Amino acid sequence: MNVLEVKDLSIQFGGLRAVDNFNMTIKKGQLYGLIGPNGAGKTTVFNMLTGVYKPTEGHIFLDGEEITGKPTIKINQMGIARTFQNIRLFGDMSVLNNVKAGLHNQIKCSLWSNLFRLPSNFKVEREMNKKAMSLLEVFGLDKFANHKAKNLPYGEQRKLEIARALATNPKLLLLDEPAAGMNPNETAELMENIRFIRDNFDMTILLIEHDMRLVSGICEELTVLNFGSVLAQGETSEVLNNPEVVKAYLGD
Amino acid sequence: MSKLKTMRQSTRKKCFILLGMLIAFGIFEILIATNTLSNQMQNLLVPMCYNIILAVSLNLVVGILGELSLGHAGFMCVGAFVGAFVSKVLGVLYPDLSKWIVFPLAFLIGGLVAAIFGLLVGFTILRLKGDYLAIVTLAAGEIIWNIFSVTYAAVDNGKIRFSLGGTNIKGLSPSAKQIATGAQGISGIDPLSSNAGVRFAIAFAITFVVVWLVLNFIHSRTGRAVQSYRDNRIAAESIGINITKYRLITIVLSAFLAGIAGVLYSHELGVISAKQEVFGYVMSINILVFVVLGGMGSTLGSIIAAVLLTVLPEWLRVLNDYRMLIYAVVLIGVMLINNNPTISSYVDAFKNKVKSLFKRKNKAKEAQ
Ligand SMILES: Nc1ncnc2c1ncn2[C@@H]1O[C@H](COP(=O)(O)OP(=O)(O)OP(=O)(O)O)[C@@H](O)[C@H]1O
Ligand SMILES: [Mg+2]
Repeated sequence: MNVLEVKDLSIQFGGLRAVDNFNMTIKKGQLYGLIGPNGAGKTTVFNMLTGVYKPTEGHIFLDGEEITGKPTIKINQMGIARTFQNIRLFGDMSVLNNVKAGLHNQIKCSLWSNLFRLPSNFKVEREMNKKAMSLLEVFGLDKFANHKAKNLPYGEQRKLEIARALATNPKLLLLDEPAAGMNPNETAELMENIRFIRDNFDMTILLIEHDMRLVSGICEELTVLNFGSVLAQGETSEVLNNPEVVKAYLGD
Repeated sequence: MSKLKTMRQSTRKKCFILLGMLIAFGIFEILIATNTLSNQMQNLLVPMCYNIILAVSLNLVVGILGELSLGHAGFMCVGAFVGAFVSKVLGVLYPDLSKWIVFPLAFLIGGLVAAIFGLLVGFTILRLKGDYLAIVTLAAGEIIWNIFSVTYAAVDNGKIRFSLGGTNIKGLSPSAKQIATGAQGISGIDPLSSNAGVRFAIAFAITFVVVWLVLNFIHSRTGRAVQSYRDNRIAAESIGINITKYRLITIVLSAFLAGIAGVLYSHELGVISAKQEVFGYVMSINILVFVVLGGMGSTLGSIIAAVLLTVLPEWLRVLNDYRMLIYAVVLIGVMLINNNPTISSYVDAFKNKVKSLFKRKNKAKEAQ
């Protein structure tokens, strides 16, 4: 079954066609990579998938349902969660509260029960704490639960963003350069984390990454973008050996 | 173990603040009962209370939602006038009605009408941010007190009559009872009690409940949604939080509480008039000073700053002429300190040291 189907997606910024006629299909449970040189339009694709940008042309289907042009909030509620290339955590909130904010639409109670501390408020807090701690444990972040998010080391911040995205219980998880700024050890750990999420959370994952070890290590299929258009698409080893791709990456 | 700790942290903070308030209240009541408190100080107790309410409610918008509002006194103005109006009108129409019905109604209606004004302002600023928002809230605050400065109200033959034209209502019968008189406002508002101790007790009870509600709000699912908007709007949207809704909720709640403070204010003073100094932007900025001095986002800080800045000007009467000047200098100082990474890292280190001292003490206790 296809979790994500993108058809003829394009976007125009003034004179620049940042993404042109982009097509992609991701099956349930797949670990899919989106790669390409700087400025190729990868993040722009993410922004269109999550409703941050409205595509000029084309269609996006999530689980067969059209989500093109829907607002970001709605798209998240329908099942796409993401992380950001330039980390966007809730810096002044605790690590735990970042994840609990992610649980906002999963575990609910009314404003009145918050204000007057009705029993449902305590029940929700208990459930949220439990769920959030178990998500933090996946990334070894539970020991930082009470720290402010902005005080975490860089690599841990990236992981916290993933934990927060997972908290929204998505069908599809989008990771924008999750290994950026990590050392080889941290990257190896992250690869384990990503595999673990896919296997244990039954997740479909699309990731953008420049680190070729990570890409070749965990991605099953790839799409290569170059100047906004698809250069190659298919199984990872094939795509990486494609002479066109090698040329785009290494230059002439 | 760590789970338990995380659950306790916010609750512990809350208990600390509420307990502190209760203790302070107890001390003041004893001082009143034993007549050790100067008259001047006694007169400051209720103002302390409404200033605390104003500070913690503005902190919701400025510190928790992260948006600059310069019209908070406007909502207080609504509460002051509507609350006074309700208790005066009820006094005229139903002279036998118990105070225990009239005053709660005054607080409730005063707060609710202020909340409606909050909703209106909230809707107009839906798409605004930053400087624009500050300007619009400033204007909204000015509009509000100006509306009340041209409002006339009277009870005539059991009917309530209004005029918004800046002149008194035409064709009033001689037996009519004037309630609001334009720029002169409303006078002869019954005090909550003639006994200073009781008045303070009522004001304190209201303040206590308000602080409890505010703390509950901040440390809850709703509060987290609001703070996520403050910290990163795009990320908040990306995790499916309906930011428009939570923005409105915060602004309305804040306006409601400011309205409550206003009702307290008008019943304490007995006479109110819609004037720039009392309900205009000067007052809004005074309230903002509480919040900024207390450290934006900190409820405890807002409370302490509100108390200190209520008492200090009275103690330093001599300096009163320079008050606004001193405020300005202090504000600039605080802003500079907050925005200076070196200084704020020193402050953080100091805070951590104090915290670890407490922790060690606790551990030592546990070991015993
Ligand atoms: N809002 C925008 N307005 C105008 N141009 C934009 C906008 N967003 C992106 N672009 C342009 O679109 C192109 C693709 O940008 P994008 O951020 O998608 O690249 P990327 O593949 O993610 O690159 P990197 O690997 O550096 O992150 C760039 O030329 C960029 O300048
Ligand atoms: Mg990018």
